[in-house]
Amino acid sequence: MRDGGSGDRIVPPTGFTAQLTLFSAGAMAFLAVFALALALATGRLADRWSSELAGSVTVRVSAPEGDQDAATQAAMQVLSTTPGAGQPRLLPADEVAGLLAPWFGPDMPVDALPVPSLIDLPITGEDFDAGGLRLRLEAEVPAAVLDDHTEWRRPLVTAANRLRALGIVSLLLIAAASASMITLAAKAALAANGQVIRVLRLIGARDITIATAFVRRFTKRAAIGATVGTLCGMAGIALLPGMEAAGGFLTGLGFQGWGWLLPLLIPVVAGVVGFLATRWAALKMLGAVR
Amino acid sequence: MRDVGFGYHGGPELLSDMTLSLQPGMFHFLTGPSGSGKTTLLRLCYADLLPSSGQMTAFGGDVRQLTRDGIADLRRRVGVVHQDTQFLDHLPVAENVALPLSVAGQPVDMDALRDLLGWVGLTQHARAMPPSLSGGERQRAALARAVILSPDLVLADEPTGNLDWDMSVRLMQLLIELNKSGKTVLVATHDMNLIRAAKAQVAARVLRIANGTLHLAGADL
Repeated sequence: MRDGGSGDRIVPPTGFTAQLTLFSAGAMAFLAVFALALALATGRLADRWSSELAGSVTVRVSAPEGDQDAATQAAMQVLSTTPGAGQPRLLPADEVAGLLAPWFGPDMPVDALPVPSLIDLPITGEDFDAGGLRLRLEAEVPAAVLDDHTEWRRPLVTAANRLRALGIVSLLLIAAASASMITLAAKAALAANGQVIRVLRLIGARDITIATAFVRRFTKRAAIGATVGTLCGMAGIALLPGMEAAGGFLTGLGFQGWGWLLPLLIPVVAGVVGFLATRWAALKMLGAVR
Repeated sequence: MRDVGFGYHGGPELLSDMTLSLQPGMFHFLTGPSGSGKTTLLRLCYADLLPSSGQMTAFGGDVRQLTRDGIADLRRRVGVVHQDTQFLDHLPVAENVALPLSVAGQPVDMDALRDLLGWVGLTQHARAMPPSLSGGERQRAALARAVILSPDLVLADEPTGNLDWDMSVRLMQLLIELNKSGKTVLVATHDMNLIRAAKAQVAARVLRIANGTLHLAGADL
C-alpha cells in the first residue's frame, strides 16, 4: 500500500496529449531560438552599421581640371583644423579604383576619368559639428562636398530595426501559438477525463485541487519539450558558419558571449505559458461541472 | 429543507413542498417507487442539484448561497455512496478509498486506512484495481471512501440495488454500525424487506416519496 497523497496521480496518464504537448513545445522552442537569434543579430547589425558609418565622414572634392589638386589641398587644410575630427586621409588612386571596381570592372583606368578626390575624415570627438564643417567648406572650398553618410545610414538602420521588430513579433507569436496548442491539449485532456473530474468533485475536491493536477502535468511537459527544442535550436545556431566564413549579413547571426544564456530562458517562459494556459483552461472547464 | 421544490431543466416539479429535517444520529430510510425522486432528493442533500423553490440549509448554511469551494467543503461533511459507484480506475482500491483525504489535503493514516479496509472486508483487495471488484466489493469500497473523512452525514443511494440478499444484509450491517457510532444515515431504497430487516436492529425513521411529496411512513412496515 503506497503512502497517501495522490497529487497529480489523480489524473490518469494521457499518452496522446502528452506527446502532443511535448512535441509542440519542443518545436516552438526550436523556432523561438532562431527568432531570438535573429532579433539579437539584427539589433547588433543596426548598432554596428550605425556606429561604423557614423564614425567618419567623407569629403568629395570635384573641381575643374587644373584646380583639382589645389582644391584638394585646401580641403585637407580645412579638415585638419576641424575640431572633433582626426587626421584626414586622402584616398589613394588604387583605393578609389577599388571602390569603382564593382561598377566598372578591375582594369578600369581611373586616371582617365574625372573622378573626384575622396577624403576620409574620422570623427574623434563629440564636439564635431558636421553642419558647421559643411558651411565652412562651402565658404572656403566650394568644390568640396561633405557626406556624413546620413543618407546611407538611415535606411540601413531602419531596415535592421524592422528586422529586429520582426524577430520580436515572431517570438510573441510563437509564445501565443504555444499557449493555444497547450490550451487545446489541456482541454482535450480535461474533456477525456470528465468522469474523473466528476468523481473528484463529488468527493469534495475544490476546483483548484483538480486544476493543479492538470496544471502540474502540462507545465512539466511544456518545460521538458521546450528544453529539448531549445538545446536543439542552440546546437543549430552553433553549427552555423562562423563570422569569417559567412561574412556579409550573416556576420554575427547567432549568439555572442552572455547572449548564449538568453535562449535558456525559453523553457522557463514555456513553463510559465503552459502553467497559465492550462490553469485558465482547467478552471474555465471546471466551472461547467457542478 | 423547507417547502423545497425541484424540476429538471426548469420543467414541471418532480418534487414539491418537500419539508425534511434529518435528525442528527438517526438512521433514515427514504423509500418510494422507481422514478419517484429518491435520487433527486439525495442529490439535493449534497448540493449536486439546487432546489428551484423553497429553502434548503445544510450545517447551518443556505445551500443556494454556497460558492463552488463551499460546495466542496459541504461534500467533505457528507459521505455519499452512489448507486453507480464511481472510482478512478487508474488508482488501486486503497488510493481510491483514501482519495477524499488527498483532495482535502489531509495526511493519510495508513493504520486507519487498513482498519477501514478491514471493516468493509477489503483488506485483500487494497492493491486491486476497481474494475476487478465485484458489485458488492465496489459498494463496500464506496462506503469506505464515503466515511474516511468521518462525515457528519452518510447518504446511500440504492446501495444494495445490484446485490444479492446476503451481500445486501452485509452492507446494511455496515451502515447500521456506522449509525451506532453516531453518524446520521440516510439510505434510499425501494427494498421493503431490507428496511424491515434493518428496523429489527436499529430505530429507523422511514420516509416515503409519492407523487412528488414526502410522507413519514412506518405503521405499514
